[in-house]
Amino acid sequence: MPPAAQETATARLTRLLTMVPWLVNRQGIDVTRAAADLGVSTEQLEADLQLLFLCGYGQMPDELIEADWEGGRVFVGNADSIARPLRLGVDEAVTLIVGLRALREVPGLDERDAVDRALAKLESAAGDAAAPADRVRAEVAEGGSAELLARARRAIAGQRRVHLRYVVPARDEATERDVDPMRVVGIDGQWYLEGWCHRAEDTRLFRMDRVEELEVLDVDGTPPPQATERDLSEGTFRPAADDVSVLLHLLPGATWVSDYYAVDSVEEVPADEGGGRRVRLRTADTAWLRRLLWRLGGRGVVLEPADVVAEVREGAAAALDGYGAAGRS
Amino acid sequence: MTSETGGGAPSAAQAKTERLLNLVLVLLYTRRPLPKAQIRRLVPQYDTGASAEAFERMFERDKDELRELGIPLVTEDIDVLWEDEPGYRIHQRDYALPDIAFEPDELAVLGLASRTWAQASLAGPAAQALRKLRAAGVERDEGALIGIEPRLRTAEPAFDVVKDAVLRRVRLRFGYRRPEAAEVTERHVRPWSLVSWHGRWYLNAWDEDREAPRVFRLSRITGPVRTVGRAGAFEVPADHEAEVMTRAVAAPPTQPSPAVLRVRRGAGHALRRRARTVGEVDELWSLVDLDYGDLDAFAEEVAGYGADVVAEQPPELVDAVVARLRGALVAHGGGEG
Repeated sequence: MPPAAQETATARLTRLLTMVPWLVNRQGIDVTRAAADLGVSTEQLEADLQLLFLCGYGQMPDELIEADWEGGRVFVGNADSIARPLRLGVDEAVTLIVGLRALREVPGLDERDAVDRALAKLESAAGDAAAPADRVRAEVAEGGSAELLARARRAIAGQRRVHLRYVVPARDEATERDVDPMRVVGIDGQWYLEGWCHRAEDTRLFRMDRVEELEVLDVDGTPPPQATERDLSEGTFRPAADDVSVLLHLLPGATWVSDYYAVDSVEEVPADEGGGRRVRLRTADTAWLRRLLWRLGGRGVVLEPADVVAEVREGAAAALDGYGAAGRS
Repeated sequence: MTSETGGGAPSAAQAKTERLLNLVLVLLYTRRPLPKAQIRRLVPQYDTGASAEAFERMFERDKDELRELGIPLVTEDIDVLWEDEPGYRIHQRDYALPDIAFEPDELAVLGLASRTWAQASLAGPAAQALRKLRAAGVERDEGALIGIEPRLRTAEPAFDVVKDAVLRRVRLRFGYRRPEAAEVTERHVRPWSLVSWHGRWYLNAWDEDREAPRVFRLSRITGPVRTVGRAGAFEVPADHEAEVMTRAVAAPPTQPSPAVLRVRRGAGHALRRRARTVGEVDELWSLVDLDYGDLDAFAEEVAGYGADVVAEQPPELVDAVVARLRGALVAHGGGEG
């Protein structure tokens, strides 16, 4: 979170009151390193030090804070009264407490004892700021067996390749693949293994609850240099340029689809045209979309393209054939 | 607002930061409460020739803002003989984070807890909190907890206002769209708690119009969320259990019922994983025996397999699957309508 140009005076003050104790305990730290660890640019850090240098408990030279960064090393002195950080604010205490409590529930986590010790110390240090944390509860993710998650983490720590048997429900496929694991991520309620997939020759996210088997191989699992972690700040969905663009009418009863899947546009449909929403989404693979539309049972309708409309219709007709006379009615 | 960087005259924001920092330093340093007049002399940004009235207003605002940041600025009597003039100070013991020594493995899990919010609107406070705990100089243990990254996201626009209201116990009003209702209704609530479950945030609250507890999904709040009244305006019931309340609404418990499905060989992988028994019928089909919870949800799932899965038992499941497939067929221009 680099402080933007519009950082308010109070936001900057809080940042400075955290920065001073941090620097006081790291006398002589390199300017670039300090800026990186503090999450600001070196220009910002220098501007901050410049400001500190003008402040003190009085305006006589020996009453002012000493701040020196000549030669690329930072020294801060005569700041005894703010040499300890300010107590944790409510948001600060809540983020760490809620985060630690969520960690406790991570299946197969070996560090649960450390989590409990950290939580106890943190709660006592935070004092009153800790109480509201009881009103925020977060579950990072569930699904996936503790054993498979632990095995995946061991493979990452030991840099071992893994063999996966992986089910893709959207296409109803079970696949076998070798993967060089990079990390286990819990996001949007699911655990994923991210790694370099030797079958796809690309990085892939595997949902842990769809991993049927995970075997740690006695093979080096260092991912190739081109393997890069995906930016998950927008979630796990990643549309590609060559995806098919589909226009759907979601009738009342199916509008949840536009909350659940990433859509490009949403438009409310007036009641005299059936109500609900008209949405546009992109997908590389129409198999999952056909399945979705069969599930919706007519409450979701593909408007275009025509070949997807035909796929949905023909697939539904073929499925009804399985029910003989009952299906034809 | 002008830029804070560059060599020219300091911007208003810069001058204010200096003023507030000087005020904090002066009030922490003093061994006795300081009267306003003395504060005005010690903080150079106050002593700019502004009128006494302008100074008073500025000082009042600054005090409020420091308290808002959690800085424990207190008012004390200066002297029994001067009891009508209050003095101000900040006690070091109330200001400073208590000395806590964390073990390296504890710092590692705290780091992980902080990074849990790295992609959320609370990323700033989470990073700041960690920096405070690490100020004493213990460096992180990079080797620990390798490879695991729990992440909470707060993509819902309503998150920040609702979170603040929950933490401070402030009443709220907002527009809410129920899943299948076309219109937005205005709701007035006492926000009790916030729960992230299955990747979504839910607000548990007391609905003042319905006079009953309600669970709201944050993604269904539309338009601005407004606070009503002051902080600490209500008490959360002592027996309120946040997760229990959310789950009861988001995923009501159901009794399992048995079903029999005909599943094409090489298909229905997710169904086979949950099966009690799988028997082979011929080269084309298996017979899969499993339990389901909610009939509608399970019928949807089975319909999603198209021609690869045929519901055999119970009859109500068969009817529900057929109804869905016929609905999809007709909606896409097939069947007799």
